Amino acid sequence: MADIAFLLLIFFLVTTTMDVDKGLLVKLPPWTEDTGEQQDIKEKNIFVVLVNAQNQLLVEDEYASLEDVRRLAKEFIDNNGDGTCEGCRGLRDPNSSDNPRKAVISLQNDRGTSYKTFVAVRNELLGAYSELREDLSQRRFGRSYDDLSESDKEAVNEIYPQFISEAEPVKIGG
Amino acid sequence: MATIKKKKKAEVPPLSTASLPDIVFMLLFFFMVTTTMREVTLLVKVKKPLATEIQKLERKDLTTYIYVGAPKSASLGTEPRIQLADQLASVGDVQQWVILQRESINEAERTKFTVSIKADVDAKMGLISDIKQELRKAQALKLSYSANPAASVEDLFKSY
Repeated sequence: MADIAFLLLIFFLVTTTMDVDKGLLVKLPPWTEDTGEQQDIKEKNIFVVLVNAQNQLLVEDEYASLEDVRRLAKEFIDNNGDGTCEGCRGLRDPNSSDNPRKAVISLQNDRGTSYKTFVAVRNELLGAYSELREDLSQRRFGRSYDDLSESDKEAVNEIYPQFISEAEPVKIGG
Repeated sequence: MATIKKKKKAEVPPLSTASLPDIVFMLLFFFMVTTTMREVTLLVKVKKPLATEIQKLERKDLTTYIYVGAPKSASLGTEPRIQLADQLASVGDVQQWVILQRESINEAERTKFTVSIKADVDAKMGLISDIKQELRKAQALKLSYSANPAASVEDLFKSY
C-alpha cells in the first residue's frame, strides 16, 4: 500500500509543473493626449522597424527577414559614432547611431500584423540588447550577465540602456 | 563450564515503516498548500507564441491576466475577443477593470502591478494595440507579453 502511494506521489512530483507565467516584459510610455508630440532625436539615432499586415519587415528602409533583425539592431546600438561609449566595439559609422545611450529603436506595426510576428520581432530586439550586455559582461567581468551583482548589472545597463519604443499602429496598407 | 556460543549472523533490523504515513501526509499538505488551481475557465482559445528572451513573473498576486483569442463557442464567431476574468469583454472595459484589479492589491506594492497579455498567435495587433492604449490610460505601464519558452532562436525561426 505504502509502495503504491509513494509511487504515485513520486510520479506526480516529477510530472507536475507549477504554472509559472513567463513573458516578454515591456514598459509602456505614460498616456498623453496629444499624439503629435515630437521629440528632438536625430534621424540617425532612430532604428526603424516596420512590420506590415502581411508580416513583412522593413528595417531602416530596406527589406529584411526576421533572422536579420537581431544582427542589424546590434550593429546599430553598438555603432558608437561619436566614440563616447567605452565598452562598445561598433563600426563607428557616422551615419548610424552616436552611442547606445542615444540609440532608440522604434518598432511600428500595422493593425493587421499578427501577434506571433510582433512577439518574434520584439524578442529579437530584446535579444540584441541582451547579447550586447552579455558580451560586455564577459569582457569586463569575465562572467555571464546573469551572474553579476546588482551594481555590476547596473553598470552594464548604463552602457547599454534599453530604448525600444512601440509606436501606435498605423494602417500601412494591405 | 563455559560453552562456546555460535555467533549468530548479524542481521540488519527491519526498517521501521511507522513514519511513512507521516511523510506522505507532509508532502500531501505541502502540495495542497502550494498548488494553485487555474482560477479562470478559458472562454477563448489561446496558443501562446514562442520567445527566447522571456522573464518569469515572480508574483502571481501582483499580476493580472488579459486573454485574447478566438472564442471557443462557435456561435460567437472566429474574430479574436478579449476575456477579462470569467467573461468576454470589449476594449472599453479594459481600463476600468485594470484599475479595479490594481485597487485590490495593497498600496505599498501597487507599483509592481503587472498586466500579462495572454494572446493567441493568430490575434491581430490592432486589438492588442487597443488594449495597450487602454492600459496606458489606466496607468498600468508594466506589461508582459506572455510566451512559451523556445529552446533556441533557430527553433523560433523554424516555426515561421
